[in-house]
Amino acid sequence: MKKEIRICGFGGQGVILSGFIIGKAASVFMDYNAVQSQSYGPEARGGAARSEIIISDEKIGYPRPTGVDILLAMSQESFDTYRKDVRKDTIIVVDPDLVKKHDIGQPVHKVHAQQIAESLGNKIVTNIVMVGAFTSIFGLLKTEAVKESVIDSVPKKFTDLNIKAFEKGLEAGKNAVKELQ
Amino acid sequence: MKCKRDPKRIREVLGKKVQFILGDMACVYGGLLAGVSFFGGYPITPASEVAEGMARMLPRVGGTYIQMEDEIGSIAAVIGATWGGAKSMTATSGPGFSLMMENYGFAVMTETPCVIVNVQRTGPSTGQPTLGAQGDMMQVRWGTHGDFEALALAPSTVQECIDFTVEAFNLSEKYRNPACVMTDGEVGHLRERIIIPDEKDLKLINRVTATIDKKKYIPFTNSQTRKNCKVPDFATFGTGYRTYVTGLTHNEKGFPATDKQPDHERLVKRITEKITDDADKLVMVEKINLDDADIAFVTYGATARPAESAMEIARKEGKKVGLLRLKLVWPFPDKLITKLAKDVDKIIVPEMNLGQIVHPVKEVACKHCEVISAPKIGGEMHLPMELHKYLEGK
Amino acid sequence: MVEIKTADELNKKFLREGMWPTIFCNGCGHGVVLEYTFWALEELGWDMDNVIFASGIGCSSRLPGYINADGLHTTHGRAIAFATGIKAANPDFNVIVFTGDGDCSGIGGNHFIHAARRNIDITVIMINNFIYGMTGGQLAPTAPLGSIATTAPYGNIEHPFDISNLACALGANYVARWGVSHPYQPIKSLKEGLQKKGFSLLEFLAPCPTAYGRRNKLGDIKKHWAWYDNNTILKEDYEKIMKYGTEEEKAQVKDKIQLGVFQDIQKSGFFESYEKLVNRLKEKETKAKGAKK
Repeated sequence: MKKEIRICGFGGQGVILSGFIIGKAASVFMDYNAVQSQSYGPEARGGAARSEIIISDEKIGYPRPTGVDILLAMSQESFDTYRKDVRKDTIIVVDPDLVKKHDIGQPVHKVHAQQIAESLGNKIVTNIVMVGAFTSIFGLLKTEAVKESVIDSVPKKFTDLNIKAFEKGLEAGKNAVKELQ
Repeated sequence: MKCKRDPKRIREVLGKKVQFILGDMACVYGGLLAGVSFFGGYPITPASEVAEGMARMLPRVGGTYIQMEDEIGSIAAVIGATWGGAKSMTATSGPGFSLMMENYGFAVMTETPCVIVNVQRTGPSTGQPTLGAQGDMMQVRWGTHGDFEALALAPSTVQECIDFTVEAFNLSEKYRNPACVMTDGEVGHLRERIIIPDEKDLKLINRVTATIDKKKYIPFTNSQTRKNCKVPDFATFGTGYRTYVTGLTHNEKGFPATDKQPDHERLVKRITEKITDDADKLVMVEKINLDDADIAFVTYGATARPAESAMEIARKEGKKVGLLRLKLVWPFPDKLITKLAKDVDKIIVPEMNLGQIVHPVKEVACKHCEVISAPKIGGEMHLPMELHKYLEGK
Repeated sequence: MVEIKTADELNKKFLREGMWPTIFCNGCGHGVVLEYTFWALEELGWDMDNVIFASGIGCSSRLPGYINADGLHTTHGRAIAFATGIKAANPDFNVIVFTGDGDCSGIGGNHFIHAARRNIDITVIMINNFIYGMTGGQLAPTAPLGSIATTAPYGNIEHPFDISNLACALGANYVARWGVSHPYQPIKSLKEGLQKKGFSLLEFLAPCPTAYGRRNKLGDIKKHWAWYDNNTILKEDYEKIMKYGTEEEKAQVKDKIQLGVFQDIQKSGFFESYEKLVNRLKEKETKAKGAKK
């Protein structure tokens, strides 16, 4: 088994952190091997950012993805850039408020991550909502493992907020799956 | 020495035993585990995370971190700190490594243990700062002027960034020569699971300090306490031996001997032979599927990963492909490569440069088998299928 | 301890055996600076096992070789950066850098600037002879306008560096400039600089008859040494004349090089601040641990 995950958005959204949390959940809190790599524009904020995770039950040689099993997009620009790599069976997850044009003739899971984060009082946890949605939509990783990874990766002061965001994301993910059924 | 290595404290600061961290950060962990007490650095992509990690952790284990004014100052301070009694290191990337070359030679000439982490990026010049490459593999071997031997390790995984940084300290301390961890932007900016080795599994080698009577001590000659050892016993500053250390050609007492041919020959032969004499013992490689192989990848660092993937694809197709990964690239394992060349028909050397390590491979292997360079530049690793193509026709 | 009264006794104590003769020419000022340093160290009574010397490249940088102490003779211009590392490894060391005007302010300018800015606790003794003497008289950044060097055969057109002035601007804790013909003030000043926490610069104007004096027609050694007496003035005298003197007196001194202590302050040195940082982290951690319990 080898799964390739791509998360994209713009710099400052916490794209790298979400990849980090997923990779850590798989390889530290579960027994998979995982690698996480990233690329971003030269600007610290604003430009397109992407984080890629490979999860496998075997040793991971080449550390960059060669396909996409699941694409999570948090900005129109990055969605437009990376949609070209999706296959027919790639699972697509977008925040429809951030990726308005997402109709590419393929099922798309819609998770209002930013809205949910704002309802929790802080837009900054949009990425964690996405991590929650990923967990329930993709189903590969145990919820507890990802939750532990979230707790391990965010500042202690914000643990509660992030747990809430994660749980709301889980729920939103489940709903997105139902909507497509 | 002011700062003493405190294993319990180091582990407290490093945190959990199993973590998911960046390759650059793993070099910090390796340094701390080895007992680094001084880090002098200058920010440069993609190596800055090493300095950032050191700035955060070193003050908490009793060590000193200074951001120097440039890379020349960084390596200078590192060498000074070693003579002051510290275990010291710096980290940089291509442009900074170029700036360090003069003092890298000074460290060789004055037999100063220290570790340089080079998170390689593309070049020449500023190149592609955020992208990985393996373009400094010859620079580390030949980049400073004059005759010398290099100690250079190339990690392929984040775990190896820890292990090889520890190993670099060990080699450096053992041979009193600078040692380099030649990682790259790919591994440096990759996150993977690491396991912090337990204290009992951590093999640390420390410099042999001078213990002989102060009047009898000779600072730059064969060890006075170990038989057949060309590495001098080390009297760091403040220990009362009053050593004079110079980058000029010096006699055994350390005094300048700039116009004396025999002194220069004796000195430079000893500082190179202390390493070449041990070259056979200094082999560090990983062999995969070599027993029945007709074709072998000879590889190192990040590039070993797509090479291994290509090998696996080929094996599934029934092709007899193996892989030899050099963990320690310099000193170069001549004998091992010669033997491999006799066993296989073809050696492929993939590198993220236009062909560097392929040259020492050719030097020993070309009499026995075909040697092919598989270069890729521009900041991207080879795709496994790109390397697979080199296996065609056999 | 045996009290040292003569230069011979002083030399016996401080000089390293086996390194003689020195590389210095007749009429060179470097030996004098070394002698002043020995007197200062002798008067301070420091344990020489704890005094570490560093130097770069040039005549002045050869001085540590003649001293019976640990010494690091490094690459051109980099001594101050090396010294920073030595001090970092053990802040209990007294670290002294011998350097020249070219080594310190030419190739090594950036290291000098930043060590002074960081207020690294070292003493830099810079011997300024206006020239690259060891290598045969090439142009230095301190060379007076119009002076002749092998690489400025038609006269220097660059404005010279005033390194003491630069050090003051950088906020060094102690800055002084002296000549080599009057021992008492420089020795006292050396003692002050050595004891000072933070960065100290002692600039010495020293004649180089071989590479500078001869080429610039300053006469024989005696005349060359006299040039320094005639062209320098104590800072206090200079200030007095500029304030109260006649126009004629002002005109006489206005181009003279001032000697004296230019800066003597008590800004926190790098290693003091670093220690405070370490302690702050410790306290924070102890508090956090206490809170958990």
